[in-house]
Amino acid sequence: MTQTSPIPAPALTVFVQGIGLLGPGLANWAQGRECLLGAAPYQSARCVLPPPMALPQAERRRAGAVVKVSLAVGEEAVAAAGLRAATLASVFSSSSGDAVNCHEICSTLASSDRLISPTRFHNSVHNAAAGYWSISSGAMATSSVLCARDASFAAGLLEAMTQVVVEQVPVLLVAYDTDYPEPLYSARAIPDSFGVALVLAPGRSERSLAQWTLEADYLSRLPADRLDDPALEKLRQDIPAARCLPLLHGIAGRHSGRVVLDYLEGSQLALQVAP
Amino acid sequence: MGRGLAQTLDALRAQRGGLAPCRFDTVDLPTFVGEVQGVDEVVLPAPWAAFDCRNNRLALLGLRQDGFEAAAAAAAERHGAQRVGVFIGTSTSGILQTELAYRRRDPHSGALPADFHYNTTHNTFSVADFTRQYLGLAGPAVVVSSACSSSAKVFASAQRMMRAGLIDAAVVGGVDSLCLTTLYGFNSLGLISGQACRPFDAGRDGISIGEAAAFALLERAPTQPRPGDVLLLGVGESSDAHHMSSPHPEGLGARLAMEQALAAAGLGAADIDYINLHGTATPSNDAAEAKAVAALFGARVPCSSTKGATGHTLGAAGGLEAVVCALALQHGLLPGGLNTRTPDPALPVHYLVDNQQAAPRHVLSNSFGFGGTNCSLLLGRAG
Repeated sequence: MTQTSPIPAPALTVFVQGIGLLGPGLANWAQGRECLLGAAPYQSARCVLPPPMALPQAERRRAGAVVKVSLAVGEEAVAAAGLRAATLASVFSSSSGDAVNCHEICSTLASSDRLISPTRFHNSVHNAAAGYWSISSGAMATSSVLCARDASFAAGLLEAMTQVVVEQVPVLLVAYDTDYPEPLYSARAIPDSFGVALVLAPGRSERSLAQWTLEADYLSRLPADRLDDPALEKLRQDIPAARCLPLLHGIAGRHSGRVVLDYLEGSQLALQVAP
Repeated sequence: MGRGLAQTLDALRAQRGGLAPCRFDTVDLPTFVGEVQGVDEVVLPAPWAAFDCRNNRLALLGLRQDGFEAAAAAAAERHGAQRVGVFIGTSTSGILQTELAYRRRDPHSGALPADFHYNTTHNTFSVADFTRQYLGLAGPAVVVSSACSSSAKVFASAQRMMRAGLIDAAVVGGVDSLCLTTLYGFNSLGLISGQACRPFDAGRDGISIGEAAAFALLERAPTQPRPGDVLLLGVGESSDAHHMSSPHPEGLGARLAMEQALAAAGLGAADIDYINLHGTATPSNDAAEAKAVAALFGARVPCSSTKGATGHTLGAAGGLEAVVCALALQHGLLPGGLNTRTPDPALPVHYLVDNQQAAPRHVLSNSFGFGGTNCSLLLGRAG
């Protein structure tokens, strides 16, 4: 099968217009920025998930951790970008779904009474967070919902940057993970929730926080950047969505130069960043 | 339905479906399923043994049809393995492996058995990871998992990445396999039919779940495509912003997706010769889709749902139905929908129950899903 299109190869450059952040010991981007700068000590503490107040009451009751973390960071980023959520295309990327929900479903299916609840079932889809986001924000634009296991942040970033440049529209990227309960934790050791949201736009504005350009050889064999702070580096390694932290570190410090992110096995993602 | 294009085309021509009373695993629901025969016998080659699960076995069965492995290898040779991406849609991936592991938990500690490999089986990405490794590709890889629109939306992601110049070719597709989560889950919502599903029928009463693997190799079109080449002319994507498990009652999101696909292709409603409907056979889904189709096309364009033959293959449906549309374009066959005895007079579309010979140039394939996610593919025939 072939697809018809001209072959423009624009430099893949996007501008970061807003950031949302929530994780263990991280309440928002303002606080995360201070920790990444070293201006305030980073202390890991259980991630506190706010209730998703933007959802209608019925949906709010049904929302699990996946929905809470992604809506919280999405709202923070969109507000910072000064855009209306209803008009934004989005990319949601997560290394896996709602594991607490999955545990309940698999436990029920392994029992003598296999009747699972309808809410558990519709929360089990990988696009639950994107669906709730669309309902809460009224966004009817496209939403891409992705998984690339530990590479999910970089995969989401690639998809979002591609959309921004090809469609010339701002795109909201939300990458998130939530903790795994036992016995699944032994097979997939994600200890806590972490979410990051980025509003990326095709052009610079007075709100732009950084400029990111994908290198021509964007699939790199260089090792991924690490963080100097051991606690933040542990967070980066513990939760796949936190693999974004080297990029956020660059924004916090207004760095220029190359950032290499973890992506697929044997293949990292290389970008040039600038304030 | 069969393995490979020839058997699939035969089945479509003979109006032969693959739905049968459910005998899958230990499922005790009175429903029909579209189970692919022989999946249990597929053996993943040793280097990929850790990927062994029903979903990846089904993927391998699909990859081995119609010279697909060789075509992917030739694309990697032409463009470089790093320039070929992998974009696969799935909803439940290898979750069956976890369901089975939960039956074998240690009675004292509750631990899962030692032979359970989450990353390479259950994890949503495992089917793209397996496909990429098995085909020896080294470009970007991702799973799109937006329920039943997943493997339609992979075409959009791959097309964008090609336009951005990041890749030159893409293996796109959908793979979803039977599991208890979807069977009991759809049952909990009261959406499972006790009979073989009857899309757009006045007496439709729910879905039949199926499983499928479908792959396509997507490349940039040459300036002069060869006659008979199937072209991806446009993709439309939208969100309902309405409800997690019911469609927008007026089919607003569905209509947006179809309008965008037409706009992207630079075509009008009059140019469309056939629509492969999402047509799941639930009362509300078909009603919403019919409103959207009628609003754009009236009752002129022949349309049908092939889910009466295949069942609803969920995350694989978009890919599978894109292949059905490609066959329709290449063989001049508009497939009639199976099991539909009395097309619902309340659904004002031109629903085909019998096959029709025609020479379609442009066809549309609709895929909509939970969470209000919609995707419409517009495919055309060159020459």
